[in-house]
Amino acid sequence: MNKTVNQKAWFFVIPVFVLVAFNAIIPLMTVVNYAFQETFGNNVFMWEGTRWFKQIMLSERFHASLGRQFLFTFIILFIQIPLGIAIALTMPKEGIGVPVCLVLMSMPLLIPWNVVGAMWNIFALPDIGFLGHSLNALGFDYNFTQQIGDAWFTTILMDVWHWTSLVVLLSYAGLRSIQPAYYQAAEIDGASRWAVFTKIELPKMKKVLTIAILLRFMDSFMIYTEPFVLTGGGPGNATAFLSIDLVKMALGQFDLGPAAAMSLIYFFIVLLVCWVFYTLMMRNEEKS
Amino acid sequence: MRGWYPMAKVTLKGLSHSYLKTQSSDADWAIRGVDIDWNDGGAYALLGPSGCGKTTLLNIISGLITPTKGDILFDDKVVSGLNPVERNIAQIFQFPVIYDTMTVYDNLAFPLRNRKIPEEEIKAKVHEIAEMLELSSTLNNRASGLTADGKQKISLGRGLVRSDVNAIMFDEPLTVIDPHLKWILRSKLKELHQKINRTMIYVTHDQTEALTFADQVVVMHEGQIVQTGTPVDLFEKPKHTFVGYFIGSPGMNVLPCQIKGNDVFVNGKKIETHQQIKKNNFSKTEVGVRPEFISFSNEGIPVKVLSVSNTGRHKIVDTESETGKIKMIAKSNEDIPSGSAFLKFKKEYTFTYGDNWIIE
Repeated sequence: MNKTVNQKAWFFVIPVFVLVAFNAIIPLMTVVNYAFQETFGNNVFMWEGTRWFKQIMLSERFHASLGRQFLFTFIILFIQIPLGIAIALTMPKEGIGVPVCLVLMSMPLLIPWNVVGAMWNIFALPDIGFLGHSLNALGFDYNFTQQIGDAWFTTILMDVWHWTSLVVLLSYAGLRSIQPAYYQAAEIDGASRWAVFTKIELPKMKKVLTIAILLRFMDSFMIYTEPFVLTGGGPGNATAFLSIDLVKMALGQFDLGPAAAMSLIYFFIVLLVCWVFYTLMMRNEEKS
Repeated sequence: MRGWYPMAKVTLKGLSHSYLKTQSSDADWAIRGVDIDWNDGGAYALLGPSGCGKTTLLNIISGLITPTKGDILFDDKVVSGLNPVERNIAQIFQFPVIYDTMTVYDNLAFPLRNRKIPEEEIKAKVHEIAEMLELSSTLNNRASGLTADGKQKISLGRGLVRSDVNAIMFDEPLTVIDPHLKWILRSKLKELHQKINRTMIYVTHDQTEALTFADQVVVMHEGQIVQTGTPVDLFEKPKHTFVGYFIGSPGMNVLPCQIKGNDVFVNGKKIETHQQIKKNNFSKTEVGVRPEFISFSNEGIPVKVLSVSNTGRHKIVDTESETGKIKMIAKSNEDIPSGSAFLKFKKEYTFTYGDNWIIE
């Protein structure tokens, strides 16, 4: 097929280009600017090449927060995805229960991040918080402000409470879009409940689950506000995930160069993981 | 190989079903008062337009729906409370249902594996069915990569692969198949029926499909059975005006008539009909006659010829009488009078209907 050559079409791209330039490219370029130079204020810059990148890549502090970040993301995905699917499977399919469940499920998603953090902070306080006090009353030695394990437990519990609903809603939408004939055919074929789940429901939910995993990966990998309000990254650096560490470096220590380099590395990790995951899921799709 | 099990006679007694919790009028019932007796190994069709309740009826027989009232019997044994597996029936749906992640082979083997049949037996059976449906070359492919008709062949295959089923139900299985293949698959099903001699129930809204597939056709209309009979019965003696309209192309002409004593009049003109009229307590009376059984004559119903269309095999003539339009079929070499003419109805094929039902 011969395509018509029409260079005028580029004009139509200009508005989008300008928009993207202002909200993404230009801010990103200032970060790039900082990442390769040293500045002492007054707009005086000195070229540093890849020094900040080398420094970050070799820094144990970065390795530690990256490790914490991956561990956290892995744990919450591991809990939220199966839990979300399980809840979606048990939700009612018709009647008044449907809107009731949907509204209840949406509630946590509507609460602002810092409110969630503050809520859980108070909820989990060992002396006056309902959760903290109850756990201690039951004989557990629980104090999320001082014990690393408790801080992780609380952070994960908070994230599961806040975001499992998203997986539930996506899975529920995926499940509802399955034609009744599939279930009827499975019934006729004598399929077990487990076979219905693995052979019909899971494959049919593949696309929404891909989206759910991508969204949950990105959000949890960039998590900042909730743990900042809940634990402030502590005790020590135990819950200082990448974003928290980055802000500490950039605004606490004012190490703009290394912080900029870290931002870029951070950005490329998110991009790379999403790309690899998406490509793997979709390559399978094309094969079939 | 497992032996061929005795097949089931299917009996439906006073079956009614409503999707609503409470019913106030006839319209609230998806099907009402259905009685059917189907013999072992017959080929039956449920024919009717969309929404007439035929799929509901099929799902009731297979056990996917529990009827509001009435009983289902297989071989005189009540099976109303049993699920599809216990009833041991196979069903093929309108749209292809395949298990995406499995190969074609695994799809066909799935119903057998669920029934814990030995793997060698499954292999033999799957290959036999795949051969018949021309799926042998794709057995190792992922099922989700096939075209719509390939997928529907898998659905058919999954229904046919079990050798011990009581009945095989088809719910408009050829809707997504292209016309050429439709013809082939239909002959395949017919051939298969003769080979395995299993009760087959075929739901369709396509009269050609029903009439070519089945020995007995059940015509449904608004949740009721309006007539059960051979294709010839349905054509030659429609028991309900709906059967007249629905079967045949063009459908039966239905003209309002008056009954005086034992005689039938259309627009004041006496008409000879097949039946002896004994009673006349209807709110609406009509005369029905198929276009095939009308001819031009020197006397009879006066009409104006409106248009003629030649289909090759015959001519369809549109005429207008004082009580409404009448279609008739003439031989392709016949001369059609222009302007005014008279139509004569063949007595044996002209029936009188009271409130849509034939007057016996």
